[in-house]
Amino acid sequence: MKNIESIIDAVYQGKRLDTDAAETLYHNAPLLTLGSLANHLRYQKKPDPIVTFVVDRNINYTNICVSRCKFCAFCRPVSHPDAYVISKSALDQKIQETLDLGGTQILLQGGMHPDLSMDYYLDLIKHIKDRFDIHIHGFSPAEIAHMTNMSNQTYDQTIDQLIQAGLDSIPGGGAEILVDAVRRHISPNKCDTNTWLKIMEIAHEKGLPTTATMMFGHIETPSQMIAHLVRIRDLQDKTKGFTAFIPWSFQPDNTSVHIRKATAWQYLRVLALSRVILDNVENIQASWVTQGDKIGQLALTFGANDLGSTMIEENVVAAAGVKFRLSTNDMVRLIQTAGFQAVQRNCVYESKKVYESLNTNDFIR
Amino acid sequence: MILSFKDKQLYPIKEKVESDIRLTRNDGLILYETSDLIGVGALADFMRRKRHGNTTYFVYNQHINYTNICKNRCLFCAFARDRHDSGAYMYSTDQLREILTQNKSDRLKEIHMVGGIHPNAPFEYYLDLLKTIREIRPDVHIKAFTAVEIDHLTSISKMSLADTINALKEAGLNMVPGGGSEVMSDRIHQKLFPKKMNRNQWTHVMKTIHAQGLTSNATMLYGHIETPEERIDHLIQLRDIQDETGGFTAFIPLAFHSQNTKLSHIPPTPAYLDLKTTAIARLMLDNFGHIKAYWVMLGEKLAQIAQTFGADDLDGTIIDEKITHSAGAVSSKGMSRDQLINMIRSAGFEPFERDALYQPVRKTA
Repeated sequence: MKNIESIIDAVYQGKRLDTDAAETLYHNAPLLTLGSLANHLRYQKKPDPIVTFVVDRNINYTNICVSRCKFCAFCRPVSHPDAYVISKSALDQKIQETLDLGGTQILLQGGMHPDLSMDYYLDLIKHIKDRFDIHIHGFSPAEIAHMTNMSNQTYDQTIDQLIQAGLDSIPGGGAEILVDAVRRHISPNKCDTNTWLKIMEIAHEKGLPTTATMMFGHIETPSQMIAHLVRIRDLQDKTKGFTAFIPWSFQPDNTSVHIRKATAWQYLRVLALSRVILDNVENIQASWVTQGDKIGQLALTFGANDLGSTMIEENVVAAAGVKFRLSTNDMVRLIQTAGFQAVQRNCVYESKKVYESLNTNDFIR
Repeated sequence: MILSFKDKQLYPIKEKVESDIRLTRNDGLILYETSDLIGVGALADFMRRKRHGNTTYFVYNQHINYTNICKNRCLFCAFARDRHDSGAYMYSTDQLREILTQNKSDRLKEIHMVGGIHPNAPFEYYLDLLKTIREIRPDVHIKAFTAVEIDHLTSISKMSLADTINALKEAGLNMVPGGGSEVMSDRIHQKLFPKKMNRNQWTHVMKTIHAQGLTSNATMLYGHIETPEERIDHLIQLRDIQDETGGFTAFIPLAFHSQNTKLSHIPPTPAYLDLKTTAIARLMLDNFGHIKAYWVMLGEKLAQIAQTFGADDLDGTIIDEKITHSAGAVSSKGMSRDQLINMIRSAGFEPFERDALYQPVRKTA
């Protein structure tokens, strides 16, 4: 086992972290050491003290889901009184509100519905694109795998059809931990590791940008968490299609997994490690939705350069008992009081609006 | 210690910290000005570990606020009421007795009791409060009455300050909490709490308390209208008092919560400011034993992180916090001993259950 100093030296010299070194670092490096290494790499990749965010809304077209993952508090069976499939009028209203609030995109995701056909999804996209000038970041690989199975076609065909209908990018959800031993236990009905990676690879090849996520803090071991990061890095070497990586911690309330929630300490360690391992991913997002505004801000010095979305609406994490809220003003203040310039971006990280900087005394206030 | 600082200005300060050389006012200002939060944290962490290793202290305690009726009406307070306001209350000794008998745990080691400056309660009322606690809980330490309250009690006891303190001691008082100094600046005093004692009076009362053989804490309410200069000057004034008396046990930075106060336009303190203030307090107050991360105000998550930004104490279980919660605190009103131990352990620190005077209750295995 290499000692921490030599591993850190190697990283400073631009060497890639292998699995062993990553484990050593994760288990043994003090939090601030890990943080300063991640912060160093963040500035190497993004030299300007800028933190970006996007104004968007999560729209969940249905909560009916056959996957029934153990960690989920959002899904409902078809016959449940709270089960829904969104109406077109509700959808239109939500999108109009998003645009009115300066939003540039919607995150369109939903459960794995047992009856909806491919035409439903394609029509959903076309309906939106016919009426609104808005970026659709939609359908995680788990949903794409599900709709492909339902319609007896190939992933290739499904993704082509989605692109043709107007899909702009794919969110990195449903990755959980990309190790089948973990997936079999927590989300047995969801696509396996190879399928998730395959769908992302096809999307990237077709020029569709995607993000990648990781949900940690449940049954996974640190080695499995690191394996997940390395799998994302390997695919990124091949395709360069991931725009951002977003690690977030499992929220156990209202789910059937009864464990102690990952602490802020663990979150910051995993976040920093993600920045160090993922040397080929540009943007690392802080998850204020699961961590709250204080740790969300702190994440900006532990490797994150992006605060994700203002999330005008968010239902899935809220269903698990966590309801943090941030307005655009709050988001900007959070960024500025940490000494960064706040920039609203779009889904592909182009700058939309640059906010005036505060003077030094204001930010240390 | 950290391998390298992002801000080169921190190297001379590092030299001083490593050689136990006292930091100057200017050093303090550099620490507030820098954007190298991790660097500031690493300096404080070095000093914290030199004093306490990886031990974090906590106490099984209970907060009691005997009245919210207060004639001072400080602008930053959401707790105070006038006598005829709805919600105004003052505990009778019977009510106090009832509250004390609700919690039967023999782990309880500290009662923290403070209240408003009531316009006409007699001195005997306060003695009776202490005697009631002493009667029901003969073994707990009573930490009660800030310097502001003790000054007020002196005015109604018709005795000297020293005699008043001794009368309170005789009735059961063991220690004095650190509240009421807010920010020791004439400007802030004029603007925010003109009816309350000023910094010279506070200093005089504290020195007298220490001279009578009682220890006390010290605090600073930050995150409202004060400047970094005023914060550093506050810390230096405390350091000077401590040089003279040695009577301060712990310093507790208090993050201002503005909801329901006359300053409700002021946003919550940024996590950056919270951690900087914790770390800078550790670094400037070289003659203080302990720096607390008060989880009620920081939130549980940030308080956990503060353990590596200079804090060595997480206060305690508290049970029913009222003052900060009336100003919109989102933390719990109390925490179990288990939760506190988990907050400490899961960050790699060793919990040390203490009493009010920092004597060990038992090493938690």
